[in-house]
Order: sequence, then C-alpha cells, then structure tokens
Amino acid sequence: MVNKASRPTDSLIGHDAWNIQLDKNGHLKHFLTVEGLSTKLLTNILDTAESFANINAQSVKKVPLLRGKTIANLFFEASTRTRNTFELAAKRLSADVLNVNISTSATSKGETLMDTLQNLQAMQCDMFVVRHNQSGAAHYIANRVAPGISVINAGDGSHAHPTQAMLDMFTIRRNKGDNFGQLRVAIVGDVLHSRVARSQIHALNILNTGNVRVIAPKTLIPAGVEDMGVEVFNNMEEGIRDADVVIMLRLQKERMQGALLPSEQEYFQMYGLTENRLRLAKPDAIVMHPGPINRGVEIESCVADGPQSVILEQVTNGISVRMAVMSMALGREPESNEGEKA
Amino acid sequence: MEEIANPETLLDKLAEQLKTLLAERAIDHPLMVGIHTGGVWVANALHQKLSLEQPLYTLDISFYRDDFSRIGMNPQVKPSNLPSQIDDRHIILVDDVLHTGRTIRAAMNEIFDYGRPASIILVCLIERSGRELPIQANVVGQYLHLEDNQHIKLTGPQPLEFVVE
Repeated sequence: MVNKASRPTDSLIGHDAWNIQLDKNGHLKHFLTVEGLSTKLLTNILDTAESFANINAQSVKKVPLLRGKTIANLFFEASTRTRNTFELAAKRLSADVLNVNISTSATSKGETLMDTLQNLQAMQCDMFVVRHNQSGAAHYIANRVAPGISVINAGDGSHAHPTQAMLDMFTIRRNKGDNFGQLRVAIVGDVLHSRVARSQIHALNILNTGNVRVIAPKTLIPAGVEDMGVEVFNNMEEGIRDADVVIMLRLQKERMQGALLPSEQEYFQMYGLTENRLRLAKPDAIVMHPGPINRGVEIESCVADGPQSVILEQVTNGISVRMAVMSMALGREPESNEGEKA
Repeated sequence: MEEIANPETLLDKLAEQLKTLLAERAIDHPLMVGIHTGGVWVANALHQKLSLEQPLYTLDISFYRDDFSRIGMNPQVKPSNLPSQIDDRHIILVDDVLHTGRTIRAAMNEIFDYGRPASIILVCLIERSGRELPIQANVVGQYLHLEDNQHIKLTGPQPLEFVVE
C-alpha cells in the first residue's frame, strides 16, 4: 500500500499558515486547517469527540463547560447543516451563541469585513466560527483578531473544511476501528472544487491511512493531487474496488465556471454511486457524503438511504466533533497567566 | 500518619452504617450513584453488599469541573449514566476520597441538571483533611489527617488498595 509523509504545503494559503493554529504550549488555539497538525492532536480531537458523543446520547445533552463564553457564527456563505450543528454544539456546551446574518447585516450596507469583526470583538465574543466563499478568509481573520479570540474555519472557498474532515474521520473510526493503516478510502467526485476533499486527504494522511484514492473525471481533479499521496482513478469501477470507505462529494455547480462536465446525466452514468457499483467495494464498506446530497446526480437514492449509508450518522457526529474542537480551543489556559500557577 | 485500614474492612463498615442510616430515614428505594473512577468501584461493592434492587448509576464529573479553563480537556471522559427521572428520589452518592469537596460540588450540579432529588446521602471510603467547600459526608469509612502535599489514591478494581504519596 502506498504511504507518504504529509509535508505541510498549502498552495492556496501560502507558507506557514498552519502554525498560527497552536499556542506556545502546542494546544489548539484556532482550527483553520487539518494540514500540519500532528497525529496526536487529531487523535486527541477524536477522543474528546467520543466523550461528547456520550453526552449527546444522554437524556440531558448539556454540560456547563463553556458557560459565560460567547461564540459568534459568521456565515458569509449559505449553510444549513454546518451552521446548525455548530450552533447546537455551542449550546450543548452552555456557550451563548450569536448568529450573525450577514445578508441582512451591515456588511450588506458596505461595512468592511474588518469593521464587522471589530464590532463583534467590542461585543466581547470569545470565538468566531467563519464560513466564507474566499479561500483563506478564516486565516485572514485569525491573523487579525485580538489575542484572546479563537477562530474556527467552517469552510473557506475551495481550501479547507477541517471540522467536516474530522467528523468524517470520527465516523470512519466509529465504524471501522482506529487502525486507519488497514483502510482503503475512495473519495469520489468533484475533488477540484472540494474543500472537504482537501481536508479529508490531509486528515487521512496524518492518521496514516493505508490507501487513499480519488476518483473523478480529469477535469475535476486538481493538478498535482498525486503529490498529496493519493492514487488517482478516472474510472469509477476500478477506483471503488475493495474500498472500505466510499466518500461521495457533491457536484458544486455554484463553483463551476466553464464546461467541466458534459451534463449531470452523463456524470451520473460515469461516476454516480449506484447499487451495482457499490458491490465492487468491500461488502461491509460504508458510504459517506458531506451533504447536501444531489440524489440521482452523484448518488442513487437507494444507496443514500441504504444499509451501508452513514450519511445521517455523519450529521450526528458533527455535533460531537464541533463540541470537541470548541472546548479544546476555548479550554486552554490563558497565555498571559502561564507560569504564574503553581 | 495513622494506619489506613484495609479497603475491604472499610467497605463492610460503610455498608453497616449506610444500612442503619437508610433505616433511620425510612428510605426504601434509593438510587446509588458512583463517581468515576474510584467511586464506581466503591459503589459497586456497596451495591452488592446492600443488595439494592435499582441498577447502579455512574457519574463522570469532568465536564462539570471548576478548573476546566486551567487544566484543559481530559479527552478520556467516561459517559455519565443517570436515570432520566430523578425527581423526588433519594440518592446515595459514592466517592472513594473526600478531599476539597469540589468533586462533590460538581457531581451535585450534574445531578441537579437531571432533576430535583428528594435527598442526597454522601458516602466516602476515606474522608481526609483539606476541605475547601462546606461539604461533608454522611457515611465515612475512615478519617485521615494528611498534609496538603500528601495524596491518597484508591487503586483497583481488583483488589482495592490505597496508595499514599
């Protein structure tokens, strides 16, 4: 099986974008990208999420960990699942949540991003959860916020979606155990535009996954993707064979400019996940999709709703993983007090 | 430092005292709740000795700690297992060592998130010096005076033993 070290390189953001994520004790301060983080830290996120999954299964689903903290959800781009699960995660940690509706906010009256942020800082927020259609938006914000504020990237352009990648790793671990070295994971579809796929590939590499494959038409494979240590297939039947995990991606019509695809129907015929194609994977393979799913475009309805689908489990797991990341970022010892405590 | 009794001996003593207390208060169907990890071992033994009919419940107070922002997350938190209905129930809360009282404060906060119990009886194998909160146990195996820098820990579950450092 192919394996590879994941050297932190980030073509969309540039040089050392990852290291602002950690404080000087090596604890998570911002969560902007999976890239450059250690196996130990990712495993720590997954273990912490496991503890919260237990909380989320209890009859009382709330703990007082982040009582008194204020978390602002800044979604500059449409989102249902991600924004709702971030909000639920914050509320189950007893934080106060501010959902800033950008489309009806002062941004639409011409206020700049930095002015919006400074106003939210003046309202004494402790964390910004940011989604933006520009790659690097979360880094830009993290580099400019006051020192005590944490920034979580909830998706930036086609760059990264680290909490989605971690909830996917969590879902894989819960279904397949923690030995990622034994697993073949196939990621199918619009890899070119997918921040989810980029983050998944980094996370799978850091967790030492045995074999990571991407399957897509040539027009939807980013140049140089092999350098990320993945095996590339243009044929779905070949790529899906013996996979333990099949991750389907949504065709991102809103990000497509130019004629990358002939038609949705033709795409489904070539790359859609049908019952027949799924039989080529391992019999106990799980089917994942970050949502929203386009039924009949990238996945057949009976597969999306079938026994191998863990798509709704991913949604549930998203709450636990987001609780883990939020509590780790806000649960750090304040840096100014370091050394004072005995 | 005085001699620490054998945990098994203390458990017998706890069981006897607890039986007497429950009889005095005319409590029939108590819910026993052990605090992870040592408290669960003690509760497990007491639950058997008293032949309680209700299942044994457990609490992990990590998410209720008051020093969370100082020490950060402990990623290996065990699930709390409490019944969804604890209103008007009598609860026997069990821990291995009562020290500052902060664990018990956290445990009671968590219990009250589930409802309003009729009463809580606190049972501890060891009650040591160093209380920082006005909390006291109803049933105690042994009282120990320890210096601030001394720690006592219960190891187990088989066999239960005390380690003093």
